[in-house]
Amino acid sequence: MSLRNLIHFSTKRCRFASTLSVREALNMAMDEELARDKSVLLMGIEVGRYDGCYKVTKDLWKKHGDQQVIDTPITENGFAGVAIGAAFNGMRPICEFMTMNFSMQAIDQIINSAAKTYYMSAGRLNVPIVFRGPNGGTPGVSAQHSQDYSAWYAHCPGLKVLMPYDAEDAKGLLKAAVRDDNPVIFLESEVMYPKEFEVSDEVMSPDFVLPIGKAKIQKSGTDLTIVSYGKAMHTVMEAAKVLKENHNIDVEVVNLRSLRPLDFDTVAKSIRKTGHVISVEESWPVCGIGSEIAARCMEDEKVFGAMKKPMMRVTGCDVPMPYSMPLEAKALPVVDDVTDMVKKVLGKN
Amino acid sequence: MSIFGALKISLVERIWANMALFAKQLQTITAGGLRSQQVRMASNEVSFHTKPYKLHKLDNGPNTSVTLNRDDALSYYRQMQVIRRMESAAGNLYKEKKIRGFCHLYSGQEACAVGMKAAMVQGDAVITAYRCHGWTYLLGSTVTQVLAELTGRMAGNVHGKGGSMHMYTDSFYGGNGIVGAQQPLGAGVALAMKYREQKNVCVTLYGDGAANQGQLFEATNMAKLWDLPVLFVCENNGFGMGTPVERSSASVEYYTRGDYVPGIWVDGMDVLAVREATRWAKEYCDSGKGPLMLEMATYRYHGHSMSDPGTSYRTRDEIQEVRKTRDPITGFKDRIITASLATEEELKAIDKEVRKEVDEALKIATTDGVLPPEALYCDIYHNTPAQPVRGALIEDTIVQPYKTSADLLKAIGRA
Repeated sequence: MSLRNLIHFSTKRCRFASTLSVREALNMAMDEELARDKSVLLMGIEVGRYDGCYKVTKDLWKKHGDQQVIDTPITENGFAGVAIGAAFNGMRPICEFMTMNFSMQAIDQIINSAAKTYYMSAGRLNVPIVFRGPNGGTPGVSAQHSQDYSAWYAHCPGLKVLMPYDAEDAKGLLKAAVRDDNPVIFLESEVMYPKEFEVSDEVMSPDFVLPIGKAKIQKSGTDLTIVSYGKAMHTVMEAAKVLKENHNIDVEVVNLRSLRPLDFDTVAKSIRKTGHVISVEESWPVCGIGSEIAARCMEDEKVFGAMKKPMMRVTGCDVPMPYSMPLEAKALPVVDDVTDMVKKVLGKN
Repeated sequence: MSIFGALKISLVERIWANMALFAKQLQTITAGGLRSQQVRMASNEVSFHTKPYKLHKLDNGPNTSVTLNRDDALSYYRQMQVIRRMESAAGNLYKEKKIRGFCHLYSGQEACAVGMKAAMVQGDAVITAYRCHGWTYLLGSTVTQVLAELTGRMAGNVHGKGGSMHMYTDSFYGGNGIVGAQQPLGAGVALAMKYREQKNVCVTLYGDGAANQGQLFEATNMAKLWDLPVLFVCENNGFGMGTPVERSSASVEYYTRGDYVPGIWVDGMDVLAVREATRWAKEYCDSGKGPLMLEMATYRYHGHSMSDPGTSYRTRDEIQEVRKTRDPITGFKDRIITASLATEEELKAIDKEVRKEVDEALKIATTDGVLPPEALYCDIYHNTPAQPVRGALIEDTIVQPYKTSADLLKAIGRA
């Protein structure tokens, strides 16, 4: 053990043993699960020899071979169906979409064949499968390649829907998804792949798994609750810093992590503490996750009673994503949008 | 076996083949319409000839000379009759409004399922579309479980949670309601078989309508690319809903439409031809050569579903003509009686048993209870702690009282 490590061991900082990018965390999760359970398969376009279109699956084919890591043709509806069929028959596929935009080609298989089969078969046939890939706004790729599917999939019973924010989320939630006996939608972000986070030794352990259906208080605070998830969390954490440093506003940030099941208990508890709530998401506003949170706030008398102001939403703009850079910049929420909304709700603008 | 023994057998086969040819020339077609010609073997086996198969990208194919023993004859007859009777009963239940929603009947197509099942072994699997009642029965469900599922009762295959299009057994992956979705699913079931190095196939069925789904192209491409042990079986009954094949398909030679996937056309009204083709196809798959595409030429007597009288796009005469000349059960019955594999009386006795079996099933299917309301909240997630499930009102939100139908049935003493 080096002197540096000894020093780290002697302080509280030793919890943060490493930095890990979201990309590395996802890769580590799949690597560990492919090794742990030979019924786990990784299937998708360019996941093998190409090392993954975004290098998330780098070296996995070299380590686990043709049997477990399968390059598919460009045929989303078909390979999603093949993966689901394999899951019917005892395998546990991780089905990668190069981006979740292409999962729309396969959405019938995901909803009708994966999500509903356990119910239709009265519990006879479960479907342990993960559908994952980068999702949501991506700079410069315009409308068809820049869309957030969180609300689409969270709408459907039978699916579990996870959306990680940082490296800890990415690793722990993906491993949970692979070990889950149900279809899980796992929504990543290309923008977040290279972002590095400090993680504890616990996160680095092959046994690290996060629970599905539990939100995380990413930052505790007293003045207002911000409910967010996925890449929008990055904006929210920046905004929280600005609010604290420049405006002395101490927000509590709830990172939902799991959109279905949705951990409203954690959200409710936080709102009862702060008395104020906004949601922040990059999705379109109509029928979004924020809409769902707002509805639940009103349907829960205790929460509604605790709210000193109406809930407000910060969302993506209600348009397809434009290509032009200044237009694109206006289509997704930024730090100022969040800080402005927080100040408005608290009457401090 | 010695070389001499093998030679002797091949000589015997040739003699039988010649005799069969001779018999074919002598045969007069009876009113029931004999398709296969038969020759009595020394044992209790009889040799029959099937209609020639058509081959696509294959140098040789299934044997047109097939043998049948008495036990199998009686068993196939019985199975086909059960399906026919069961479907008639289902049709009546539908007309009495005891079956809701959709109901697609298999009458006329029985030889396809029975013939394929006869060639399957332990570990083989099947996936099909919504015309699934016959398959559910053949793969392990009782007539009661099928009919009670149609009426939505607890005794049903999935206790009334699936209905007509969603039934399952250990080797049967449904019962799929979305036309064509089962094609890649079947390839996936086969992928798991290959991964585990099983000598098994997944029989993946679709109709001539679903043959035009892009998913079939996607599935056959991957199946051939990875040599998956999957039999893509097109049950061509002549109509995709009400559209005859010529109006829906640029090529109606469905057995060739896998392109690089070799194919076989089979007389789907002849249970023995279907059995032999499936046996041959299974051997082909088992040897690791990958998928095959089979077209079973068949016919459905009823409309596409019960809401379709099935007479606006074809004539009643056409249906009657098929019933008279190509019916899979009548044809088979005539053949096995002529071949002395069974007597008319024996078959009548089977008919009587079958009628009794279906009548008893009907009784349960029309009187059994339905699942209690708590079942609404069952079977959402496997192996997951009880979840809160919202109802119509927020006050109706309930933490799953039972996670699965099995738990619920156990609790009410029905397991």
